[in-house]
Amino acid sequence: MEVKSKVKFKWWYGALILAFILITLSPLASASPDGLEKVAKSKGFINVALAPVFNVFPNYVIPGVTNEALATILAGIMGTLILFGIGYGLARLLRAKKR
Amino acid sequence: MHIPDGFISTPVAAAGVAVAAGSIAYAVKATSKRLGEKQIPMMGVLAAFIFAAQMLNFPIPGGTSGHLLGAALAAIFLGPWAGVLIMTSVLLVQSLIFQDGGLLALGVNVVNMGVIPCFVGYYLYRGVVPLFHRRKLGVMVGGGIAGWLTVVAAAALCAVELALSGIVPLNVALPAMAGVHAVIGIGEGLITAAVLALVLSVRADLLELQKA
Repeated sequence: MEVKSKVKFKWWYGALILAFILITLSPLASASPDGLEKVAKSKGFINVALAPVFNVFPNYVIPGVTNEALATILAGIMGTLILFGIGYGLARLLRAKKR
Repeated sequence: MHIPDGFISTPVAAAGVAVAAGSIAYAVKATSKRLGEKQIPMMGVLAAFIFAAQMLNFPIPGGTSGHLLGAALAAIFLGPWAGVLIMTSVLLVQSLIFQDGGLLALGVNVVNMGVIPCFVGYYLYRGVVPLFHRRKLGVMVGGGIAGWLTVVAAAALCAVELALSGIVPLNVALPAMAGVHAVIGIGEGLITAAVLALVLSVRADLLELQKA
């Protein structure tokens, strides 16, 4: 007899797994300046940028992790989880507000 | 194109905060009216996916890189107001935790990368899709065009803000920002079309959530 699994695989588990797969590719990302940085450099105003008021995990790396690829992946996993939590939690709150 | 502090003047930053705050307040109201049970995981997934995808800078010619913005995708899946909330969440975490995008500049960044592209992308997509007989083709072309234009629109707006701040004249900033982002936008269009095509073939019902 077939035993039905109690935990149904929901579509968004798959979507989250896809997001984590993307994160494992993040050490391969291009380190070139982005569009705005490039324009700021070529038009000579990059130096007016102010340093951040405080630093938590600048440049998407977890400090203290010597392997830079791993530090980037860990920062990415953390950020992805935080944002899933915020998005999901916010939606729950707004849904509760509706009722 | 996360604007760091220093690139924009205090009045421009303040105007950005005002527009962003007003938009967010209305977005909370509008979204809470329409949000159903099915949309809840989608909001979490979109915020997580857009954050993850934004870490993947792809190279473009000329020693520059670009990454997904994601505002068009967020708005296409859940509507422009929920899209504004998703993009605000991403930008807030990037600014506060990862020091990507200034604190004072958070308002203009929300306007440039959230409010404006969510509306531009949503209505453009909705306008283009019915022009095609084959739905899948319409969704992909609509998503592609929407993705491209959201990036160019955000870049143009950024150029205007830099000019208003007295950092660089508009006739210098606008062609430079629009030009480089017209190329980066191609990546945005391709990724947007690919994600929509994937969802359409695997779970087409998830593309109807914004109508609820």
